[in-house]
Amino acid sequence: MTGKFLPTSTLTSWGRVVRANHFVARPRFGDELDGLLDSLSADRPGLAVGLRRSYGDSNLNPDGRVIDMTSLDRVIAFDRETGVMRAEAGLSLSQALRILVPAGWFLPTTPGSRFVTLGGAVANDVHGKNHHAAGTFGASVTRLKLLRTDGGAQEIGPGDPLFHATVGGLGLTGVIAWVEFQSVRVPSSWLDAEDTAFARVEDYFDIAAEKKNSFEHTMAWVDCSVSGAQLGRGILSAANWYAYGDLTPHREQPGKAVSLDAPGFTLNAMTVRAFNSMRHELKSMRSGPYRTHYEPFLYPLDGIANWNRLYGAKGFYQYQCVLPPGTARAGVVDLMKAIAASGQGSPLAVLKDFAPRESVGMLSFPMEGTTLALDFRNQGERTLRLMANLDSIVAAAGGRLYPAKDGRISAELFQGGFPKWQDFRAYVDPGLSSAFWRRVSG
Amino acid sequence: MDGSLGMGVEPAIVNVVKASNRVVVLGALSAIAMAAARVYAAEGAALTLVARNADRLKDLAADLKARGAVQVEIAVMDLEADAVNAARHLADWSARMGGIDHIHVVYGYLGAQDNASADPTELSRITVSNFASAVHWCEAAANVLRAQMHGSLVAVSSVAGDRGRQSNYAYGAAKGGIALFVQGIAHSLAGTGARAVVVKPGFVDTPMTDGLKKGGPLWASADQVGRALRRAADKGGPIQYAPGKWRVVMAIIRSVPAFVFHKTKL
Repeated sequence: MTGKFLPTSTLTSWGRVVRANHFVARPRFGDELDGLLDSLSADRPGLAVGLRRSYGDSNLNPDGRVIDMTSLDRVIAFDRETGVMRAEAGLSLSQALRILVPAGWFLPTTPGSRFVTLGGAVANDVHGKNHHAAGTFGASVTRLKLLRTDGGAQEIGPGDPLFHATVGGLGLTGVIAWVEFQSVRVPSSWLDAEDTAFARVEDYFDIAAEKKNSFEHTMAWVDCSVSGAQLGRGILSAANWYAYGDLTPHREQPGKAVSLDAPGFTLNAMTVRAFNSMRHELKSMRSGPYRTHYEPFLYPLDGIANWNRLYGAKGFYQYQCVLPPGTARAGVVDLMKAIAASGQGSPLAVLKDFAPRESVGMLSFPMEGTTLALDFRNQGERTLRLMANLDSIVAAAGGRLYPAKDGRISAELFQGGFPKWQDFRAYVDPGLSSAFWRRVSG
Repeated sequence: MDGSLGMGVEPAIVNVVKASNRVVVLGALSAIAMAAARVYAAEGAALTLVARNADRLKDLAADLKARGAVQVEIAVMDLEADAVNAARHLADWSARMGGIDHIHVVYGYLGAQDNASADPTELSRITVSNFASAVHWCEAAANVLRAQMHGSLVAVSSVAGDRGRQSNYAYGAAKGGIALFVQGIAHSLAGTGARAVVVKPGFVDTPMTDGLKKGGPLWASADQVGRALRRAADKGGPIQYAPGKWRVVMAIIRSVPAFVFHKTKL
């Protein structure tokens, strides 16, 4: 029955590399949380998790307790006049949009998947294609309720140090019970978009710098599988809200699903190259602006449920770093060269510039500069070696890695990248922990 | 969506109240009921939610309003104990919403066969919750439907009601009994424009089944079954399986001869 932690061996993160046993409780009503938290302690720490779209181990607590928050997904209040929504932490962004959009509102910012909970969006202080315009999700959070294993419930907001620890705090400062955020007005659910091809990664920076002045949403994808003169060819997509369209939300159910693990060879170097080339050709052929619903533009991969299973049973790693403006140009080229040379080319590489905005959270990932995100199928040592090479490029460039994507970085790299981590540590709830935290706080 | 009129009914004999989407949900805090209620809310329905826990009902009501419900009433009640007053309660809720179009009987109690065998109180609880009290709600609903000649009764039974099995025959018999009862109501409503449906879910991922090993082709989500309940209010035959493949599965299970079946531990 509810309110109990039950053993399971099937809980994984999005990358599916770590296979471990957990004890999982799935509360259906908020009033069950207090009882669950009572059973957590420093000796037996737990972790609240959402839809588990974090790729590595920041949402895992092997052999420990986990509170699955996804059934706590009720809207507590939504003011259609002001756009302020307060909802339980397990509400998905997808569900929130189904309510916001018909009323003429939208999420202040959204990551590339809408299958993320509000609690997860806060705990990872997620960013999106409009970072240069809106900042991170945490910038729009007006209030939240935090339950601590060592001291009851607190309602906190901007200005409160515990709030700034909780935003981006990876769920370690307490269990987020509900989140209140300010949504933004949109004139329609449609975007006017355009694509710009670039032949070399160096050109990305100039195009991005230009487009960010006239477009709310920008991001680029890059083909890492080709080397030499074509290294880092790609497409930058940019969009603004279309002023005159209707307010139709997306459909909730994905059309296609990957129901079985693909064989490991599906995404080998050949297919990755073919896939990227094909996308490159298709996108290059589209000339001029086009109009698109927000769903395919903002959530290109959500159309295929469980796409992570395409990487096979051993799972995959994602690598997402940010490099500061001074070193980004050279650093990104070095990273691309190292990836191309390795032959472990990622089928999805994304480039995006972060604006010079102070993030809300002590451990928020975004900082001014350029972020690069890549997937690598798990091929064991080989893949880990490649990522270790990338780590040294990132460290030398003064960059850092995104905890939500990570399942392996060293304590040294984490601590070097997040100088406020010592301040943060003081706010960690002793009854909460994760595999990620145990590794990087050591 | 609305409480639409049956195809065979002449408009002239239909009452003049404009059919709309006014819904009573008995056992509104069950996972399946909450899922069905969200479908109604998105349609802009009016809902009366009935269950025991007032605080949880209030939270649910706020959620459904945010999701589009035009009106959400709550009624705090022990549906088992108060079943004999079903007609009066339905009249109250009808007055508050300006009528009733759909009545969903979702509450129930799984219990455990071992406990029921040892403890008469547990045996009574299983049969009263799933059958003896439910018949009063269903009959009161049927009377409303017969009088107004539109709308629907949708009661939740279970595939467990299709064959008596050693592992849960108390629950199965009660669920099988309510299925027969509602089947009879459906027969009695034939040609009136109103309808009655019994929905038989298979394995559903809800708190009721926490602790069982979940996953695999026979498991459905509460959302899936909730959508099936909503659909059943307007469409389909008097006995519906949710998901539909259970009709085939149960046809096979019913047809297994006893000398074979008795060798299993089902």
